[in-house]
Amino acid sequence: MQWEIVIGLEIHAQLSTQSKIFSGASTAYGAMPNTQASIVDLAMPGVLPVLNRGAVERAVKFGLAIGATINSPSIFARKNYFYPDLPKGYQISQYELPIVEGGNIRIQTEEAEKTIRLTRAHLEEDAGKSLHEDFHGMSGIDLNRAGTPLLEIVSEPDMRSSAEAVAYAKSLHSLVRWIGICDGNMQEGSFRCDANVSVRPRGSATYGTRCEIKNLNSFRFLEKAIEFEAERQIDILEDGGSVRQETRLYDANKGETRTMRSKEDANDYRYFPDPDLLPVEISPDWVDQLRETLPELPQARRERYVTEFGLSAYDASVLTGSRELSDYFEATIQRLPAQAKLCANWIMGEISARLNKADMDVASCPVAPETLAALLSRIEDGTVSGKAAKTVFDSLWQGEMDRQVDVIIEAKGLKQISDDSAIEQQVDDVLAANAHLVADFRSGKEKAFNALVGQVMKATRGKANPAQVNTILRKKLSGQ
Amino acid sequence: MLNDSLKQLSRRLADKQVSSVELTTEYLERIQRLNPEYNAFITVDADKSLQQAHAADQKIASGDAGPLTGIPVAQKDIFCTRGWLTTCGSRMLSNFVSPYDAGVIERFNAAGAVNIGKTNMDEFAMGSSNENSYYGPVRNPWDIGAVPGGSSGGSACAVAARMAPAATGTDTGGSIRQPAAFCGISGIKPTYGTVSRYGMIAFASSLDQGGPMARSAEDLALMLNVMSGFDARDSTSLQRDAEDYTRDLENPLSGLRIGLPKEYFAEGMHGDVSRAIESAIDEYRRLGAETLEVSLPNSPLSIPVYYVLAPAEASSNLSRFDGVRYGYRAESYQDLADMYRKTRAEGFGAEVKRRILIGTYVLSHGYYDAYYIQAQKVRRLIAQDFEHAFAQCDVIMGPTAPSVAFDIGEKSSDPVQMYLSDIYTSAASLAGLPGMSIPVGFGEKNRPIGLHIIGNYFTESRMLNVAHQYQRATDWHLKMPDL
Amino acid sequence: MTLSIDDVKQVADLAYIKISEDETEAALIQLSDIFKLIETMQAVDTSGVTPMSHAQDVVQRLREDRISDSDQRALYQSIAPQVEEGLYLVPKVIE
Repeated sequence: MQWEIVIGLEIHAQLSTQSKIFSGASTAYGAMPNTQASIVDLAMPGVLPVLNRGAVERAVKFGLAIGATINSPSIFARKNYFYPDLPKGYQISQYELPIVEGGNIRIQTEEAEKTIRLTRAHLEEDAGKSLHEDFHGMSGIDLNRAGTPLLEIVSEPDMRSSAEAVAYAKSLHSLVRWIGICDGNMQEGSFRCDANVSVRPRGSATYGTRCEIKNLNSFRFLEKAIEFEAERQIDILEDGGSVRQETRLYDANKGETRTMRSKEDANDYRYFPDPDLLPVEISPDWVDQLRETLPELPQARRERYVTEFGLSAYDASVLTGSRELSDYFEATIQRLPAQAKLCANWIMGEISARLNKADMDVASCPVAPETLAALLSRIEDGTVSGKAAKTVFDSLWQGEMDRQVDVIIEAKGLKQISDDSAIEQQVDDVLAANAHLVADFRSGKEKAFNALVGQVMKATRGKANPAQVNTILRKKLSGQ
Repeated sequence: MLNDSLKQLSRRLADKQVSSVELTTEYLERIQRLNPEYNAFITVDADKSLQQAHAADQKIASGDAGPLTGIPVAQKDIFCTRGWLTTCGSRMLSNFVSPYDAGVIERFNAAGAVNIGKTNMDEFAMGSSNENSYYGPVRNPWDIGAVPGGSSGGSACAVAARMAPAATGTDTGGSIRQPAAFCGISGIKPTYGTVSRYGMIAFASSLDQGGPMARSAEDLALMLNVMSGFDARDSTSLQRDAEDYTRDLENPLSGLRIGLPKEYFAEGMHGDVSRAIESAIDEYRRLGAETLEVSLPNSPLSIPVYYVLAPAEASSNLSRFDGVRYGYRAESYQDLADMYRKTRAEGFGAEVKRRILIGTYVLSHGYYDAYYIQAQKVRRLIAQDFEHAFAQCDVIMGPTAPSVAFDIGEKSSDPVQMYLSDIYTSAASLAGLPGMSIPVGFGEKNRPIGLHIIGNYFTESRMLNVAHQYQRATDWHLKMPDL
Repeated sequence: MTLSIDDVKQVADLAYIKISEDETEAALIQLSDIFKLIETMQAVDTSGVTPMSHAQDVVQRLREDRISDSDQRALYQSIAPQVEEGLYLVPKVIE
């Protein structure tokens, strides 16, 4: 039977606020255990939550960026369950009237472009961490992370392959960083994915039983986990079994998913509106102010790159993969408007390759956009060949000669010889010195011509403009 | 001096007739003498109190004293008090020395008041008799065999027995007003949002409200001046200009329109209570007030509604008590879940557990709409009844409780009977309206009776005026048990 | 509706409260009484009434995004049942 994989993602993006969502404690990563847990985060008796404006603003910005509805009023609710990393015994989250509802995002895989619909995005507080290193048979609880603001972004089950799921996760990842609401640091857990995976016979109208896979803190794990889980479910079904709806944990070392033993009894969360927090009102004026703070969004740029610069949809989506990369491209193209394709190729090629090798991001690229533009303009006006340009780029990367493109070309003598008389001189010398080749050519051996070209290039140490050498050589050979 | 008003005490301090240290010492001695019998205080710390008294005396000497500077005030053990054991009447917090001060405590400290001790209460403020305290029942100063009411029974007892000139309380369904009535003192629960809930250990967040308990309306006004005010740390605290609650005390009552809800005077009220209430209302007529009948058709539902909403919020509010970060932790357990379950089984008393179970049930899947949402809808109907009533009258009056204080043990085995003693007070709590109780006489077994005064939102100063004028004309509030 | 022993057990389990057989029996009786009282509210026609979750009809105030709390771990952990290396210790957490 042909199986279809159905995937929906729940992504937790940590909002880049200074302080926590309901307390004045710092959200900085990596502090000593429990040194950033205030009495509110520790759920001391009598403490109360007060909502952080910065968290609300970031959530609204996200809603605007995906063309969603911003709910006003928006309501906070309590999600009740017991867990040592959840100090209050409930998580303040949203249930009815989440701050963001609907919206969608375009994704681009090698094959195709597709729109993924979002169900909702709601604000909630993060939990603490349980450390399982053995403290004589006990676990240690660090509540520094408790109360960190999260935006839980829930998609519709619109994805049909791990590739689509990864593409969706990546474009969300790029978007939240693009609009500056989340640092996207996956190692530090600032961007976490849970995947709801089910399978069904291709063409079936109803969904299969889904499993939620938690703890996917890299795109690679996301891909691997979905593939493993889909296989697991297909095997069960093909053996005539049935999939049990459950929460599963991805084990990166084993590359497999397994049943999560905890949280099983906590399926009745007893959501109810938090009486300590009042309805959040988000005025149209406030929304407008926030809309004005948004930069040009990746989708808009992608379209502009195709229509304005004639780039392929794929190139456009690569160049808008991150705001930094896209800004780099913009800065380069600004100085070389006619050479979009040349700029794109160099940025996606030479620059990206170098950055990857050096494990650097484009923001810290040693070759500034204007320097790159200067180099590319030298290819455009024929001063250097594409091959020579790569040599120049080396020097620019190394920081030689204050990264002065023309100085480097001069010093390294990479200029092409395009002056006819100079080339004619060389040609005459070569002809004089290689009478036998001339004879061969005359007797119809075409290879001899290439050999002569080679001699000329050799004599000019490759700097002669090959096209010119050809014409001049032919002229002289036929002329006699 | 024991029967002095706060104003008189303040004057004595100002005139150096007595120092705060002397005054504090006198009350500490009285507590030492009476508390073993009445159990009004859970924690007394003479050194800490006298330190504050010393500081107050210096403040007075340097001339920057306020109306409460140097005056001993008893604090309900629900208010987190830095460096003090803060138990909320529970074994769960029997070892909890608070690392911070509640907003209310900060305000009393800033005013230079002296914390004379932390008063006993029903565990987590759940009760109407103070029999639900881990620290044992409080006794009624008017009759050692009677309950003082609850949950602020310790505070009510302390003031009635003059172990403190004034005290703080909290009221979720009647926990200030009912014990005030049972102990023959005055108490006011202001409009929800007037007194900060920050550091006031939560029972039912949308209903809990702190307020003062004292001998007289005038004393309540001075206490409320200190207690009330905006607190940014409490999202439900209302941003309003500070007011002086004494400003209207002396206004005459001519033209005051008193609404008498026919539902309150229907049935259920004991004869001695209704007689006292009637004569109090006659007194108001003599003072120039007019009375009219109003109707609160949904108020009989306030108890059922209250016993859905309050336990629901409580079941969630009390989930933080798990023995992980502070408070009681079970001695022995097999694993994590067992530690939680034993800690909570051993740390909470019977009534608290009962309410957690009720609340968990009404919130659980499948019952939410039928119970919780329905209760919130009826809550609005109850609030709307008051809205209509206050279109016709300035204040609503009735009994604070259907009977005088009952005997210790009388209702402790019958929760429903116990719950019904808040029948007249819970409606105002659900609506978020201010309510107060003042003593208006004695009934069966010479136990005190309280008049319940409900006002419209933010009319505390008018209510205090209404109560004060009555207390100028009568002396019930000056009656004091002979101890 | 009538409560069953299983309801009480299930709710106690959800509430993480260990409850003995006798306690369950007793609780069943008392809770049943209380729910009889509560049911008088369910008859009321509330169609078209909006639930009232707050005593005041006001909206949420927002805090500026500023760090106002500093490290007080030593103070806060001085009242903790069991800590080590700045961590709160609990019986092993199984995931």
